[in-house]
Amino acid sequence: MTILDYTLEELHERLVNSELTSVQVIEAVYEKINETEPNVGAFLALNKEEALKQAREVDKNGIDPNNILSGLPIGIKDNIVTKDLTTTAASKMLEDFVPVYNATVVEKLAEAGMISIGKLNMDEFAMGGSTENSAFKVTRNPWNLSKVPGGSSGGSAAAVAAGQLPASLGSDTGGSIRQPASFTGIVGMKPTYGRVSRYGLIAFGSSLDQIGPFTRTVKDNALVLNAISGYDDRDSTSYNGETPDFTENIEAGVKGMRIGVPKEYFHEDAKEKGVVESVRAALKKYEELGAEIVEVSLPHSKYGIPAYYIIASSEASSNLQRFDGIRYGYRAEGVKNLEELYVKSRSEGFGLEVKRRIMLGTFSLSAGFYDAHFKKAAQARTLIRQDFEKVFEDVDFLVAPTTTSTAFEIGGRIDDPLAMYMADILTVPVNLAGVPSVSIPCGFSDDMPVGMQLIGKHFDEQTLYRAAYAFEQATDFHKQKPTFKGGK
Amino acid sequence: MAINEKTVKHVAKLAKLEFKEEDIHDFTEEIDKIIQMVEQLEDLDTQGVEGTYHGITHHSVVRKDEAKLDIDREDLFKNVKTKQDGFIKVPAIMDNGESGA
Repeated sequence: MTILDYTLEELHERLVNSELTSVQVIEAVYEKINETEPNVGAFLALNKEEALKQAREVDKNGIDPNNILSGLPIGIKDNIVTKDLTTTAASKMLEDFVPVYNATVVEKLAEAGMISIGKLNMDEFAMGGSTENSAFKVTRNPWNLSKVPGGSSGGSAAAVAAGQLPASLGSDTGGSIRQPASFTGIVGMKPTYGRVSRYGLIAFGSSLDQIGPFTRTVKDNALVLNAISGYDDRDSTSYNGETPDFTENIEAGVKGMRIGVPKEYFHEDAKEKGVVESVRAALKKYEELGAEIVEVSLPHSKYGIPAYYIIASSEASSNLQRFDGIRYGYRAEGVKNLEELYVKSRSEGFGLEVKRRIMLGTFSLSAGFYDAHFKKAAQARTLIRQDFEKVFEDVDFLVAPTTTSTAFEIGGRIDDPLAMYMADILTVPVNLAGVPSVSIPCGFSDDMPVGMQLIGKHFDEQTLYRAAYAFEQATDFHKQKPTFKGGK
Repeated sequence: MAINEKTVKHVAKLAKLEFKEEDIHDFTEEIDKIIQMVEQLEDLDTQGVEGTYHGITHHSVVRKDEAKLDIDREDLFKNVKTKQDGFIKVPAIMDNGESGA
């Protein structure tokens, strides 16, 4: 065992009984980053000096035994603004952008005593499913370095899977936490829309975006969600109801629970059989643990992809209007007038995938297409949301594969945007409905991790953690370590 | 074709983007495939269905619209490329041949 094999909970115990200091933990993190980063490439910026300063402070003040995350490390996806620490959203547009305030989640982590290690790579503006759309670097999957870590939160997932960090934050607009968690064999939670404040998250699809944690274990994940959840008057969509303790009853098991298995999510004819087979085996395990398995239908699932790509791109086209080269961000040189400044700055600052989405969104919102596109997608969204509401009258939560395949080769899909979009088929309905979903490791297919997602009722993350924990404790998939296949 | 090069150029203008002339053809084909995909929604009967335009199921909350000093004026200028006398300096709005900022 090395320091970084411990979970957050185990690290906390060792800080409390003085077996370890916060400085030792933070130093171990940076050593591990030094050692593995040439292979993995997860980070865009490191916060070493400040992190060690904070760790020394924690050690000097003594660990509060009731403050479980105090003095422990976490990494932040680079679309979450961090005061005085470069925040680029992996875009040339924001290459030298230094925020002057912290996102609410960053403030909350600091209140909990967590130490920010650095900023993690992603697809530019969170648009993509492989992290290949980063303007700056390629991030590799720690299980096989020729494969993608998934995306858009690929750096956040790869860092945790590689053992560089026990926890990180990502964001999920159409699967960007769950899919990379699945591809790298770790736990990733997309909370209910509204659970976590979006203040300081660089907006992509504002009605879909949610921030959530990546960890190696279910309980660690619940601990981080505890820290970042809650009402925030700077985000009018944040939920002002109660925030429960997500670890409460986590050990209560699944006996007597009813698990819905949405038949539309099981592509038995998929090329890669290992994914569906692993999830079927996991369902057997749940049965052994005393849960009842019920087949259910979410009949509008197939409209998820078209509805999602219209809505997310429309919202993105509006949100990304702010990048005009004036107040911050990339500014084109040698322009003659203001109009040219806008057009050149945007055309040179944004990458190809971002331009595609802006174009699709602008088209969908434009006169003559609004009804057939944006309005129709909003109606489809209602039907998709009702599908979930209906099945949740009968079952406690749903289980399905997170993705249709395991991680694919770097370069394998990047020239086929449509294939990349279609691969989100199992994750986007959750965002359209606003419900929570956690992806946990449930097997391997050709030596690559398989993830399954547990989907719950609005604001019922507790049931998901409880069920995820029960499966995790009954299996050892979460204990498998990546092999850095193909590494130097 | 759901979209042609002329429409792509028009939409680019609305979005304040420009594409190189030699890239327009390929980009149009690519975006056309994507638009054809999203137009699968045509098959869906949505007669009488209300649209969902937001992410929340709970009530949105409003707070008092009170001015408060969150971020320093000086801080807000940190990421500005060109400034003068407390203002952001930009090129001339009209094309008057000056090189501007």
